[in-house]
Amino acid sequence: MANLKTKIGSLELKNPVMTASGTFGYGSEYADFMDISRLGAIIVKGTTLKRREGNPYPRMAETPSGMLNAVGLQNKGVDYFVDHIYPDIKDIGTNIIVNVSGSSIEDYVQTASVINTLDCIPAIELNISCPNVKQGGMAFGVKAESAASVISAVRKAYDKTLIVKLSPNVTDITEIARAAEDSGADSVSLINTMLGMAIDAERRRPVLSTVTGGMSGPAVKPVALRMVWQVAKAVKIPVIGLGGICCATDAVEFLLAGASAIQIGTANFIDPSVSEKVIDGIEEYLDRHGFKDVSEIIGALEI
Amino acid sequence: MKKYQLDLPVADNRMISGNATLLTLTHAEPLPDMAAGQFAELLVPSAKVLLRRPVSIHSINRQNNTVEFLIQIVGGGTKALAELEKGDTVNVVLPLGNGFSYRTVHVAKPLLIGGGVGVAPLLFLGQELAGNGIRPTFLFGGRSESFLLRLDEFRKYGDVFRTTEDGSAGEKGFVTNHSLLLDSDSFDRIYACGPTPMLKAVAKWAKEHETACEVSLEHKMACGIGACLCCVEDTADQGNVCVCKDGPVFPIERLKWQI
Ligand SMILES: Cc1cc2nc3c(=O)[nH]c(=O)nc-3n(C[C@H](O)[C@H](O)[C@H](O)COP(=O)(O)OP(=O)(O)OC[C@H]3O[C@@H](n4cnc5c(N)ncnc54)[C@H](O)[C@@H]3O)c2cc1C
Ligand SMILES: Cc1cc2nc3c(=O)[nH]c(=O)nc-3n(C[C@H](O)[C@H](O)[C@H](O)COP(=O)(O)O)c2cc1C
Ligand code: FES
Repeated sequence: MANLKTKIGSLELKNPVMTASGTFGYGSEYADFMDISRLGAIIVKGTTLKRREGNPYPRMAETPSGMLNAVGLQNKGVDYFVDHIYPDIKDIGTNIIVNVSGSSIEDYVQTASVINTLDCIPAIELNISCPNVKQGGMAFGVKAESAASVISAVRKAYDKTLIVKLSPNVTDITEIARAAEDSGADSVSLINTMLGMAIDAERRRPVLSTVTGGMSGPAVKPVALRMVWQVAKAVKIPVIGLGGICCATDAVEFLLAGASAIQIGTANFIDPSVSEKVIDGIEEYLDRHGFKDVSEIIGALEI
Repeated sequence: MKKYQLDLPVADNRMISGNATLLTLTHAEPLPDMAAGQFAELLVPSAKVLLRRPVSIHSINRQNNTVEFLIQIVGGGTKALAELEKGDTVNVVLPLGNGFSYRTVHVAKPLLIGGGVGVAPLLFLGQELAGNGIRPTFLFGGRSESFLLRLDEFRKYGDVFRTTEDGSAGEKGFVTNHSLLLDSDSFDRIYACGPTPMLKAVAKWAKEHETACEVSLEHKMACGIGACLCCVEDTADQGNVCVCKDGPVFPIERLKWQI
């Protein structure tokens, strides 16, 4: 049986399979369907300094092979997370990573500093790519300079593994990835959702309360794969790939394109035990092709 | 309540009106405990449909281990579900949501109000109430007679009253116009499910007549288990909550409806 252990900076993962922020709650939501401790990591819901109510309903639209969401970072704030959620999840048996969001550099820094004090959170994923909040969020992630300023500021306040989540809504994603690397990120994850829109023709109205929303699911996979491939060539830090992964073959494709680990998002909604199947499927792939270690297929795309 | 992801074979699937199908699934083992008002997320057997579709538990037969769903065809997902045939298998996640309060609240004279396919969870509720020795009253509304579904089944558990917008069956008008509601002391709790305008009219009546009232909402869902926060409703006590987890049934005083 092949070795699935992998590393993101100094963060050790049992296997390269994580669940994506905003699609897996705090993990416990899925405990009836699978053994969540088998995951390489669980990335919990986007957390901000202060409580956020999120956007009004409707927040979701199904699109061909995908979906749009406009949740808008609804969460109860970092203090609530520390007092009420962290105690329940800290002993879940796998890495818990907090997705940190904000609307100003100060917000990001303060939230990251609070998370820095939590012993059982070995990493944060800095979300500079949420398309669903008016100020901030994606605004930081679409320009190299603003990305660099928020990442360097957080780097000073946070001393564990710092993953930066990149937006696909840019002209050249490698430029932002390089800015993240130069500003001290230990890893980059990509992609966050792609800005999209749905219209109800009968009612002549937008489907989402926010008009536009973030697209995810199988429909975005080719774009995500391309970006992961480009970024993996452009930076030396490990890349975490996501976007439309629904099965082990999809996951292997991202690893071949250069991702050191992958995340599963929308697919959790369709099959709540899919991530366990992806872990088993990657192992089966490695065995079938005679690989002894998952590292052998990372970036092993032959062109 | 523990949730399950099960592959259940189709025992029967038949159209019971122009646009509604009755889907019966079986299980080799006893079905999990479920409360009326809870729902299932059905995986749709069509490459054109990505997300599961939420459907209320319509009825349960514990002798045969079968569960029924009453599904109105409104789009691609429900159409594909209506095309399932005996021998096919459906992947279901259930039971989801909170259900009506009858398991925790004392109720003696319940009125169960349904509009269109909103009658779906009320049959299971009628069965459960009957099991507790309570005979509910059903009040159903529809556009016309053909929109009133499964009346003979409902009559096994309680008296059925009807309204139709065109007067083709029962009293003409909306459920809230029915003469049954002239005497507000006849009922100690209303359980309602149906289109939002109907639920709001029922909630308004209940508020004015100081009758306890619970409504079941049908928001669009992605995960169905409280993980994605797509299905929220604004509440007076907790702000945005997930209809799939904290609902779909809400006591009307929790909702911020302008009624
Ligand atoms: C908790 C819950 C229980 C439900 N129980 C039942 C049930 O027992 N029987 C039943 O027939 N239906 C039920 N529904 C509604 C059902 O889920 C939708 O009709 C279905 O998802 C539509 O899928 P579709 O692909 O056929 O239509 P789509 O192509 O997705 O949509 C077609 C049209 O229906 C509208 N629509 C879609 N979803 C909903 C929704 N949730 N509420 C209102 N309008 C919607 C769309 O806006 C669109 O106009 C329930 C919904 C919820 C949330
Ligand atoms: C409902 C929903 C909520 C999300 N919330 C967040 C979030 O809070 N923070 C974040 O960084 N990404 C969030 N995302 C983006 C996902 O983590 C992921 O980047 C994206 O969905 C692409 O992966 P997928 O196609 O596998 O879903 C969310 C996605 C969805 C569908
Ligand atoms: S549908 Fe995902 S939280 Fe309700």
